[in-house]
Amino acid sequence: MEVVLALVVGVIIAGALYLVMQRNLLRFVFGLILLSGGVNLLLFTAGRPIRGAPPLVPYGLSEPAGAVANALPQALILTAIVIGFGLTAFALVLLLRAYERLGTLSTDELTARVAEPRPIADRGDGEVAP
Amino acid sequence: MNSVILRSATNLLIAVLLLFSVFLMLRGHDLPGGGFIGGLLAASAVALYAIANGHRAAVRLLRVPPQALIAWGLALGVGAGFFALLQGDPYLTGQWLIFAFAGVEWKLSSPLVFDVGVYLVVVGVVLTMVFALEER
Amino acid sequence: MLTSVLLAFAVALAAPSLAARLGARAGWVLAILPAGLTAYYASFLPRLAAGEVVDQRVAWVPQLGVELAFRMDGLAAVFALMIAGIGTAVTIYAGGYLAGDRQLPRFYPLLFSFMAAMLGVVLTDDLITLFVFWELTSLTSYFLIGYKHEYEDSRASALQALLVTGTGALAMLGGFLLLGQIAGTYRISTIVADPALLQASPWYVAAVLLVAAGALTKSAQWPFHFWLPNAMAAPTPVSAYLHSATMVKAGVYLLARMAPGLGGTPLWFGLLALAGGATILAAAALALLQRDSKRLLAYSTLIALGTLVLLIGVGTPEAIKAMVVFLFAHSLYKAPLFMVAGAVDHEAGTRDVTRLRGLGRAMPVTWAAALLAGISAAGLPPMLGFVGKELAYEGLFETPWLLAALIAASAVMLLIVVLVAWRPFAGRTLQVPRAVHGAPPSLWVGPLAIALLGTLFGFAPALLQDGLMRPAAAAVLGSPYAFDLYLWHGLTLALGLSVLTVVIGFGLVLAWPRLHPALVARFGEVRVGPVAAYAGLLKGLVAVATAQTRFLQSDDLRHHLTVIVAFAVALTGTVGIASGAFAGLALAPVFEYAYEAVLLAVIVVGVASAVRAHSRMVAITSLGVVGLGIALLFVLFAAPDLAITQFLVETLVVIIAALVLVRLPSGTLRAPDNGGVRRLAGTIAVLGGALFAGLLMAVTSYPLDRTLTAFYEAASYPEANGRNIVNVVLVDFRGIDTLGEITVLAVAATGVFALLRRARAKRADATTGSGNAAADQGGPPS
Repeated sequence: MEVVLALVVGVIIAGALYLVMQRNLLRFVFGLILLSGGVNLLLFTAGRPIRGAPPLVPYGLSEPAGAVANALPQALILTAIVIGFGLTAFALVLLLRAYERLGTLSTDELTARVAEPRPIADRGDGEVAP
Repeated sequence: MNSVILRSATNLLIAVLLLFSVFLMLRGHDLPGGGFIGGLLAASAVALYAIANGHRAAVRLLRVPPQALIAWGLALGVGAGFFALLQGDPYLTGQWLIFAFAGVEWKLSSPLVFDVGVYLVVVGVVLTMVFALEER
Repeated sequence: MLTSVLLAFAVALAAPSLAARLGARAGWVLAILPAGLTAYYASFLPRLAAGEVVDQRVAWVPQLGVELAFRMDGLAAVFALMIAGIGTAVTIYAGGYLAGDRQLPRFYPLLFSFMAAMLGVVLTDDLITLFVFWELTSLTSYFLIGYKHEYEDSRASALQALLVTGTGALAMLGGFLLLGQIAGTYRISTIVADPALLQASPWYVAAVLLVAAGALTKSAQWPFHFWLPNAMAAPTPVSAYLHSATMVKAGVYLLARMAPGLGGTPLWFGLLALAGGATILAAAALALLQRDSKRLLAYSTLIALGTLVLLIGVGTPEAIKAMVVFLFAHSLYKAPLFMVAGAVDHEAGTRDVTRLRGLGRAMPVTWAAALLAGISAAGLPPMLGFVGKELAYEGLFETPWLLAALIAASAVMLLIVVLVAWRPFAGRTLQVPRAVHGAPPSLWVGPLAIALLGTLFGFAPALLQDGLMRPAAAAVLGSPYAFDLYLWHGLTLALGLSVLTVVIGFGLVLAWPRLHPALVARFGEVRVGPVAAYAGLLKGLVAVATAQTRFLQSDDLRHHLTVIVAFAVALTGTVGIASGAFAGLALAPVFEYAYEAVLLAVIVVGVASAVRAHSRMVAITSLGVVGLGIALLFVLFAAPDLAITQFLVETLVVIIAALVLVRLPSGTLRAPDNGGVRRLAGTIAVLGGALFAGLLMAVTSYPLDRTLTAFYEAASYPEANGRNIVNVVLVDFRGIDTLGEITVLAVAATGVFALLRRARAKRADATTGSGNAAADQGGPPS
């Protein structure tokens, strides 16, 4: 089963890398979302997933009865999912602000517009020069 | 979003969802759930409420600014570790107080306090983002 | 000794406030430090005369065997006395020369830091410490040369000196490390005590070349000589100090210090004789093109440095004796000459020797100092310079062609002396660009005192013999060497050569008024050789750096990421294939349940759709499909916590994405990339995906180490009272990690809030009209 999951991880990461390497910032963020999912699945697969036995200790016992799923990668991935959400949200808002300020989502145009000299009163981030 | 059905359903659901989120958080130590999951659910519920009734209504519902939730959550998370220091254990070692009251076994613990902190931070983080975006 | 170096650094720190408080007297007061140090170092002389060597050890990095080891022997004493003694004169001189300069408080700390670093170089007995102090001298000299930083050529000269000496120092560090490896210690005195060990090592040649690279660049030997004349852009006190007596002699010091260990081989002789000889000839020839007094002196310094390097290369007892005497004599005449040239510049407003005549009446004391130092520089009796030059001639008797070069250069030296110390002062009528007044005492006390010393030692060189010159020669030779110094040697071959030198020299003086313009007309604009090479190298370096930065760290995010991803994929892939990690992986897909195959197919289709989407709704939906597919996988594979979390996060991502997307105009998902870019990205992405799939298969083909998992499973309930192991790991076993993670979340939320809040505040500002209307310039209304 790991072989199949590995192939799926490969597909997700390939898609994510392709999107990340695009000129369009929105596509870049979509790539980021995909990448975070792909990496989570990669970690999960590396932990040798098994079916049907969640990592819980049954009531009345002090240890899991029989083999249960690997809890360690699950704990790692749980926080990774939430952190990934934080990253995605931040990237989306950053993209929104970039667009509002510079009027484009194309990485090369962004570069060109940021490089342009701005009036002294408004240097990029809105700090007003003395 | 101006939809009567969504609004009525949300107004009914919000209380249930929030209660359920607390339930998920509390049971997390023994069954699927916990602070992250509970917090995400609660935040989704409030976000849904904000979509249905506008974000001002959601802000009123929450009563406190979401940033305050983050602060309280972090304070609880950090503070939960100090129980261990009182007992002479390393920082963040779990401390348990288990007793029977009213015929039920109660388990109060520092990890629970910690999980509540996680819950509050997650709710605060998501809602800070959603509100900040909605406000514009 | 360590204390004396630290004291100089401490005074450097205090100097700005002292200088500000003392005003015009600052130079005189601050000179107390170097004067005191001079006395302190002089107090070692009786012990040195008795054949002693003084050691001091302080552990610094004991784990690496690095210690602050200091050692006072004859060579160190000669240099320490020159540094502190001439430092005294220069400090006083600088107070007068730079009087009224607004940046003067910045000058003293640099000067004293340099002095401290220079003392560190000559006093330390540890190669690593020496390197650190060496670099400190380069850095402080960078700031000192660039003191007049508002001038372009001043900055360029400072950078040039730093680059040339800094590159050499880097090579030198490599040489030091080699020496340390060969000898098993970084203690200099131990390393040089065993020449047989060093010279038998296969690394000997490399070590010599690398160490020599540092020394020859520092001492401005051909073909690295060009930085020194250019460094004359520095204020005169700096030139008088760094470029006559101290910093440029650091290279000579290092060679002399290493000579007992590395010297005596054909390589050593060949290298140093070539460098020194070429420097002497090049400097003598180039000096004929100059008429700026400081540049003339810089070329004469090059001649002297070349002579010193030459003598170290020859390495016979006679040559070393000549080296130490000439070294000392040179400092005693060159520093005053620089200061005199500066005083003339200061009072008369030019350093062009052809525009100055008859200054002697206006500046009699300065002229006296100039003459005393000049006679010594020209190698005429009864000065110490004469003693030094005679000895140098004698030291080169065995290598006639080097001797010939030195004689020619000494003749040019005489010409330079006449141009700098005689011509501007002599004559009845005053010819200067502006009104001249006599120099203040601070400008002539230092040069006169040092020049008088040179005269005194010229009459009685025996004064130096026991305490300084013999111990110094012994340190360079590695064994005691008894000799006596006289002013008058009798009618020797050397004296005859001196007479020959004087004859040629005066011939040059007579020819100069016609020779100089002719030479300038013919060669003045020629830019070849090392200077052109330096300029070309610098230009090339900048071009390569620019191109590489533009390629590797492009501002364009797409380009930047493509480089990173391609590099990571190529590197990991190459290593993976080379190490055989991918060999023998079975690619047979095994499905136990049909619905799993369907689910995986849905995920794959979702990815494909997200990649190809031109509509934002399609893209978001496709991403949602992939996310939910992953959540379902979590359900199937017994990860309920993950499944719930993933479902909820998918929901929230859609909400946030929707809130952002409604504020962007439609059509923003159009891919502006052309086919070539897309194909490149596609190729890299497919390779990257394949790489990750392969790595994952390789990883999962090994058995899993479940130690940690087993611990969590066993300890979850008994120790942490929790039955949900995942949650127990999060809030208990790995609580501190989780604490870090929620902190990251809080930071992300703060970032989002700040980004949006700031923009909102500004918009409010703009609409109320209180702010400036262009506040949100460049952005469309939203």
